Amino acid sequence: MDNELMLKVDNVYKEYKLGAINGRTLTADFQSFIAKILKREDPNSKIGSKTYGKNETFHALKGVSFELKKGETLGIIGGNGAGKSTLLKLISSVTSPTSGTIYLNGRVASLLEVGTGFHRELTGRENIYLNGAILGMTKEEIDLKIEDIIDFSEVRQFIDTPVKRYSSGMYVKLAFSVAAHLDSEIIIMDEVLAVGDVRFQEKCISKMRSLASEGRTILYVSHNMNTVRQLCDRCVVLDKGEKIFDGDTEQAIAVYLGKNLTDFDTFVDFSQVTRPKGITNDIKILSFKLDGKQDSFFENDEKLNFSIKWHCLKNLENFRFELALKNSNDNPIGFAFSNVIEKAEKGKTYTTHFSFDISNLQREKYSARFGFSQTDSMGNNVYLDYIDRAFCFEIIKDNYNFKNKKSLYWGSVKLNDITFFTENS
Amino acid sequence: MSRKWQKVITAKRGLFELNLKDVFKYEDLIKMFVKRNFISHYKQTVLGPLWYVISPLITSVLFTVVFGKIANISTDGVPQFLFYMAGNTVWNYFATCLTSTSNTFTSNAHLFGKVYFPRLTMPIATVIYSAISFVIQFVIFIGFLIYFVMSGAVLSPNLFILLTPILLIHMAALGMGFGIIVSSLTTKYRDLSVLVSFGIQLFMYITPIVYPVSALSGKWKTLIMLNPMAPIVNNFRYAFLGCGKPEWGYWLLSAVITFLVLLFGIVLFNRVEKDFMDTV
Repeated sequence: MDNELMLKVDNVYKEYKLGAINGRTLTADFQSFIAKILKREDPNSKIGSKTYGKNETFHALKGVSFELKKGETLGIIGGNGAGKSTLLKLISSVTSPTSGTIYLNGRVASLLEVGTGFHRELTGRENIYLNGAILGMTKEEIDLKIEDIIDFSEVRQFIDTPVKRYSSGMYVKLAFSVAAHLDSEIIIMDEVLAVGDVRFQEKCISKMRSLASEGRTILYVSHNMNTVRQLCDRCVVLDKGEKIFDGDTEQAIAVYLGKNLTDFDTFVDFSQVTRPKGITNDIKILSFKLDGKQDSFFENDEKLNFSIKWHCLKNLENFRFELALKNSNDNPIGFAFSNVIEKAEKGKTYTTHFSFDISNLQREKYSARFGFSQTDSMGNNVYLDYIDRAFCFEIIKDNYNFKNKKSLYWGSVKLNDITFFTENS
Repeated sequence: MSRKWQKVITAKRGLFELNLKDVFKYEDLIKMFVKRNFISHYKQTVLGPLWYVISPLITSVLFTVVFGKIANISTDGVPQFLFYMAGNTVWNYFATCLTSTSNTFTSNAHLFGKVYFPRLTMPIATVIYSAISFVIQFVIFIGFLIYFVMSGAVLSPNLFILLTPILLIHMAALGMGFGIIVSSLTTKYRDLSVLVSFGIQLFMYITPIVYPVSALSGKWKTLIMLNPMAPIVNNFRYAFLGCGKPEWGYWLLSAVITFLVLLFGIVLFNRVEKDFMDTV
């Protein structure tokens, strides 16, 4: 039974008309209709175009196919406009495909946006019934579950207050709780976990996981790779309406990020890059290259080996290389210095190979800025050359196998080990 | 593939693939929508459901003054106030059904764009919700009827009263039929919603609300009676006030028209609901 197919998407296309969707009036439509009946030329067609609006379409989905088995959690990832939400809309029958077929086995509950169908004037309890009914539950089913739903939502105290007085967090918690207690076999979620506090998010994820282990099938769309990682066994990557990958979550994320961020390059030319103000320009960094790598995805037991090609414009002594990291939210993580470079001669071009230990970095995306610096006679740090956001890399595996470890919560760096000694007392 | 799927979503849907069974599965949703409408309309209002009483009373008084006293239109010997009130009670229900279902798609676009449930539950709930106001107005009407009979007016309510529920369902079906046709068309042509509020007023004047059917004769009568609302109003008045005579033939014709309007409405609604999200 475990291999039972729950969902089959077969070569689905979805076409939208661009531009003039509502741009027609009843009169114009009527004229066209009459012209069609009388087999005359449509008075509203564009000059020279044989069929009206042929070129004014946009394919949100171009022949997407995949299958989903019972108990699977499938992540759908892709950039904006990749067709993720369109796909979910088709599966939840909000709109219909232009061609192709979707086969479903079981009830579908779609939770496309938290709080859909909540009514401000109704109390929390009334909204549970309303929202449950919208999502396809009967009153008896909700009666059985209402206590669980209220408990899960953590808003028992306010359950008989109109939801217009709720904070946005409470609203979301209540809405998610209703959806999490649905009986439907297939659950569709679009970015819903992106709300609520971190603790509640984790509670939601573990709830979804337990639903999946009960044999529910889950489709999850998100831009938050952390939740996708935690929740999904498998991912489909969409790009411009086409499926470009279907398989293991980590690989899918790598494909998606690789597609999405152009500066995940292994070689970067800096000769034309503008530098920040306040540098001495005694050195010009020409290029950066990751040594021995085809991509910029690292496991943290690897070394970040890279080489910098640089040109020296002045005889220099006792300077160093400096690197600073930021995480994906653009928060500074930390910095590192190289050993002192004792000497460089004016007019020469050097290639220096660096090796950086990244074992204390956690799974995340990082961007690096780097440069050469020197301490001047006043004791200040002056930059000889500096490049902001020089390259990006991602740690895709660390050796601390915490399931729910999030950089948001724990930070991105593992600090020094704690030493101890024990006394007999 | 030889296996059976519970649901198949394709581009095309048959003209008469109406999935009406689905609508009944969502019976609880209809109830919740009715409740939601009721609460949301009257929370934070001063008089609450009293508005149902006040507005028809004022309209009836106004009609009595304008059409009864000033224009001096015949009311078949029935007290003018009661005559207009009977007409108003019936007309209000029909008009509410029509106008409030006519924006089903546009005003629920946000909700419809997010989740699927049989869209027809929405207009059905609206029609049921409107029946609440009809019942309240009806009770007020009966109150006045009793008062007038007690004070000696010559009225002859008769067994036709037993058909009131059928008249009610008939109006609901007709109102909803027109309403969902308009709501389906407004997804494409927004200006139709303007037409509704204007059209419903014109519609009232070609329905015998402010005048009795007996005031009409010849081809005018035929013309007015072809309006499916006309025999309903006439028969309601006949039942409770005993004025005029029952119009069986026209009523049957009206029932046929109603059936066709409703069927056309549901078919159209069903076609539009499939992908109106792309155009609304």
